[in-house]
Amino acid sequence: MAFHIDKLEKRWIFMVAGFVLMAWGIQIYYAVQGWHPPSNVEVIDSAQLHLATGVGGDEFSEQNIGVKRDADGQLIVTMVAARYGFYPQEIELPQGEAFKIRIASFDVLHGIYVPLTNLNLMLVPGYVSEATTMLNNLGDYPMLCHEFCGMGHAYMFGNVKIVPQDEFKL
Amino acid sequence: MTLSTTNSDAPTPEYQATAKKLGLSHMWVGFVAFAAAIPMGLYQVAERSNLFASLESREVYYASVTTHGVLMAYVLSTFFIMGFGYFAALHSLKQNVWSPLFSWAGFVIALVGTVMAAVPLLLGQASVMYTFYPPEMAVTPFYLGAALLFIGSWFWCVDMIVGMMQWRRANPGMAVPLVMFGTTINALLWLWTSMGATLEVLLQILPMQFGWVDTIDPGLARTFFSWTLHAIVYFWLFPAYIAMYAIMPRESGGKLFSDELARVAFVMLFIFSVPIGFHHLYMDPQQAAGWKLLHMFGTFMVAVPTFITGFTILATLEISGRLRGGKGLFGWIAKIRWNNPMTLAAMLSMLMLTAGGFGGVINASYSMNALIHNTQWITGHFHLIFGGTSVIMYFAVAYWAWPRITGRRLASTRMALWQLWLWFWGMLLTTLPWHVLGLLGQPRRVDTLPYGEELNALWNPHEVVMFSGAVMLTVSAVLFIIVLVRSHFSERLPEVPEVVFATAIHQPLRVPHLLNSLAFWNWAMLVYMLASYGYPLLQFAFIGTPQSIPFGFGE
Ligand code: HEM
Ligand SMILES: [Cu+2]
Ligand SMILES: [Cu+2]
Repeated sequence: MAFHIDKLEKRWIFMVAGFVLMAWGIQIYYAVQGWHPPSNVEVIDSAQLHLATGVGGDEFSEQNIGVKRDADGQLIVTMVAARYGFYPQEIELPQGEAFKIRIASFDVLHGIYVPLTNLNLMLVPGYVSEATTMLNNLGDYPMLCHEFCGMGHAYMFGNVKIVPQDEFKL
Repeated sequence: MTLSTTNSDAPTPEYQATAKKLGLSHMWVGFVAFAAAIPMGLYQVAERSNLFASLESREVYYASVTTHGVLMAYVLSTFFIMGFGYFAALHSLKQNVWSPLFSWAGFVIALVGTVMAAVPLLLGQASVMYTFYPPEMAVTPFYLGAALLFIGSWFWCVDMIVGMMQWRRANPGMAVPLVMFGTTINALLWLWTSMGATLEVLLQILPMQFGWVDTIDPGLARTFFSWTLHAIVYFWLFPAYIAMYAIMPRESGGKLFSDELARVAFVMLFIFSVPIGFHHLYMDPQQAAGWKLLHMFGTFMVAVPTFITGFTILATLEISGRLRGGKGLFGWIAKIRWNNPMTLAAMLSMLMLTAGGFGGVINASYSMNALIHNTQWITGHFHLIFGGTSVIMYFAVAYWAWPRITGRRLASTRMALWQLWLWFWGMLLTTLPWHVLGLLGQPRRVDTLPYGEELNALWNPHEVVMFSGAVMLTVSAVLFIIVLVRSHFSERLPEVPEVVFATAIHQPLRVPHLLNSLAFWNWAMLVYMLASYGYPLLQFAFIGTPQSIPFGFGE
């Protein structure tokens, strides 16, 4: 009943173990450098985003959404996703400057994705999605919804315009 | 190589008759679902490409994607796996199911569930994708039908587990046949896997559909579903591996390189595939980074049994090539039985697994996932692994099993070989452009591409290639059905070929207890699941998410 294992197999298993360790190493390396997926586990009352009464206050009310700088000068993009659009529908951001995006869904699941970049978030009703990133290429990009949200899903997109830093004003 | 045969005058043992009937009925339901879903795939490719303006209809598109997804992911897979499972189990154990009535009850329940879900799907009343994430809701029969399909499949799981236990009692100390060991592990895997979606439907969706509660937490629902969504892929892939380990070596005229290592790979696939579903939630807000990182570590462990399988299968093919006179470092490749459907399919399947595996490493990556999450890359990835790697082995199993079921010659081996090659090239031509399109920013699950001329100009060339691949796949699927149907009417074989499974170079009579029994691994799974899903599920009890109301999908 001895377990029979070939020499070749043993060598192969060592190689595979090496592969897994290497993959883990690469993952840890980037995680340590601060590359984390959006994971803030922060709740909000999605049905009352437009009111100041729900959990989370009025951060996502109509007068508060858009691009701003916080007290430390960091760029903050506050947005709402609702069938079938992003609000505000157009934003302007400076090339190559890090910004923090905070976005919540008003109704069903949505996503936000800017093609050819790593700005990619799931928007789950009841939760605030947050990420910090930067966009490096000038021009207009669609910010599109990439999670099926109903019949108008494919038409759900806004626009982000990337301008040179010296042309950017708030 | 001559096929060993049974004497056709001897009465067929009862288990063989049951195996044939259960095998054939289940597999045909699966393949009918497949045949129905294929034209939908072709239509979807055409519709979403913007190449054919007259096809545009979002209602039809989303009804079609949902139906195609449900038929392929739930119906084809589940019924094929059950049919192949019965066929392999009864023949390898040489014993009947403990109660044919029970087995057929499972079949009928699953079939009724399928029809129950298919009606609203085709009527466009359940266009919520095969992942049916709340708070968008379909009509109730869709969920009830899906639940019945699951429940029916559990009957099969029970049959596999009971069968293995009975056999072990009758053959104390003996190694359970490899094909049975793998099949039973897959049954146990499916019981564990299906529990996530089942809890979601039972605790969240049905109470809302019945009006017992008014609201739902979509974050909890996605967490439950992630428990099912990853491991279901291994449920689909398992029979492909089983066929490679337990049927292909004999078909290719050689011997399996190692029986014990195959068992180790099966056990690892079981343990490593369920508690790691969070790579589907990397971009989600409702789970914390630490848990995602933990699941990332587990996700990469799946590489171990996958590489072991790749090694053993290639070594097995090399042995058969050398036994057939292949010389030198690569000479054996030319000598492989390329004209044997099972051998050819195993080779092509391995190639697709290699390509798909590279993509999988990106998907599994904690931070790189952001580049491709919910893009067309994902559609490319799972068509390559599921539609390619797994389903090509389903075809090969059918080609192998049909003469053994019908007692008739396979209608045309030549056509079968053509069909497999076409599927392989069609799959590559379809899915490689999809990967590129995903990197170029094309989202998945959209019926049209209104994001501007610049992006369309970037995407169009790949759309054209992808469309040609889809046509090849469709032709291949038609050939497959033709071969199977014709094999019911072809020339009767003088003797029904026996169902014999491959033996290994060192065929063990006995194996260590841990590779012959599932109890320990079942407990190990419980511990691992509690560790990886315990807190992430429990947190919903106290983070106080304001709940969501349900929505339709048509507004
Ligand atoms: C002729 C062959 C096929 C073609 C042309 C095809 C095409 C497609 C297309 C265009 C989509 C929709 C993608 C989207 O909108 O994002 C899709 C979805 C899907 N396909 Fe296929 N497919 C084929 C075969 C298969 C096979 C063999 C399987 C598995 C056995 C499969 C499984 C799926 C699943 C599960 C979905 C659902 C995807 C989702 O909801 O995102 N397909 N297919
Ligand atoms: Cu959407
Ligand atoms: Cu997965």
